[in-house]
Amino acid sequence: MIEPEAMLTIFMATALLIVVTIILALYRATLGPEVYNRVAAVNVIGTKTIVLLVLIGYIFERPLFFDISLLYALLNFIGTLAFAKYLERGEVWSS
Amino acid sequence: MVELIEMILLPIVVLFLAAGVFFMLAGAIGLLRLPDFYTRLHATGKCDTLGEVLIIFGLLIYHVYYYSPGAELSVQLVPVKLLFLICFIFFANPTATHAIMKAAYNTGVKPWKKGDRRM
Amino acid sequence: MGEKSSAKSGKGFGIFVTFCVMFLFWLLLSGILDPIHVGAGIICSLIIAFVSHDLLVTQKWDKMLRKSGRFIIYVVWELWQILLANFDVAYRVLHPKMPIDPSVIEFDTSLRSDLAIVTLANSITLTPGTITINIDQEKGRFQVHAIAQKPADALLVDKTMQEKVAKVFMEE
Repeated sequence: MIEPEAMLTIFMATALLIVVTIILALYRATLGPEVYNRVAAVNVIGTKTIVLLVLIGYIFERPLFFDISLLYALLNFIGTLAFAKYLERGEVWSS
Repeated sequence: MVELIEMILLPIVVLFLAAGVFFMLAGAIGLLRLPDFYTRLHATGKCDTLGEVLIIFGLLIYHVYYYSPGAELSVQLVPVKLLFLICFIFFANPTATHAIMKAAYNTGVKPWKKGDRRM
Repeated sequence: MGEKSSAKSGKGFGIFVTFCVMFLFWLLLSGILDPIHVGAGIICSLIIAFVSHDLLVTQKWDKMLRKSGRFIIYVVWELWQILLANFDVAYRVLHPKMPIDPSVIEFDTSLRSDLAIVTLANSITLTPGTITINIDQEKGRFQVHAIAQKPADALLVDKTMQEKVAKVFMEE
């Protein structure tokens, strides 16, 4: 039996564990041998941040955070695509 | 009746959250342990996608139970946003993984073979 | 959705459908029903519908409906595969010896349309042990990075996934 009041603590614990995974990914992002490892790690951190934002929305009971997380998902995806394209060709727009 | 729903629903939510955190931790450990860039993307591309979707789905169940009756319209519509987020993650995460992988492969990053040194 | 709607699936119809989808999306995301917000939504949806109506409506509607029906059945199977893939990767990562043997494989498919190739590529990335690297759309050739020998065989020998995707996006 889980009390409804305990859910806040559970959300906090989940958010903390996600922060731990972000710190693990941060190791790869700073010390990763090449630029591709770093881009992949930054993409991973970005997608974890989406979930973190949703959790923060529930912890502080602010529905505004869901919009922010939607926006962050779109920006993170487009940023990763642009970075990959830039690394591949040396330019983002091919004319 | 309300207590019965709580007794069933809240453990389900906690189960979803725990499974999601487990997969995300496995993905992060894979990102550190695996020997080269391509195999690391195997860990992150799959585990992170499912882990995030599981956590968001658990929160969606929680939201539908707790907030639906008598709230404002913009609060009641939050499950739609979360559903869209789930669809978007399922679509965007593999695509981003594929984009980075293609860029690395076409610029000549060699895949690790069994017996090579760690990169 | 009979012959009547598919007969006039011209530019105007495409703009109208895009506008409706975008406006519904705006209402779902905002949830505020003031005249100001709804008016801003109508203006934004109109601009988007005029600029990018050719991205959403690319073929006749009744065909798209039938395809999306089969696509939903495919997605259920795909979710099960994703779950298997995650346990597979978690096992390989957490195993002390890390049983991996990566290789790059190539295979050909008969798929040509954009949506079918995107679906197959994303499915390959999400299912056990394989990630798409390169796609040559004209030849239908896929380059795939496999983490071990067994998942590579699943794509090269069994070909269940290719058949399922081909069945979903069958051109009739």
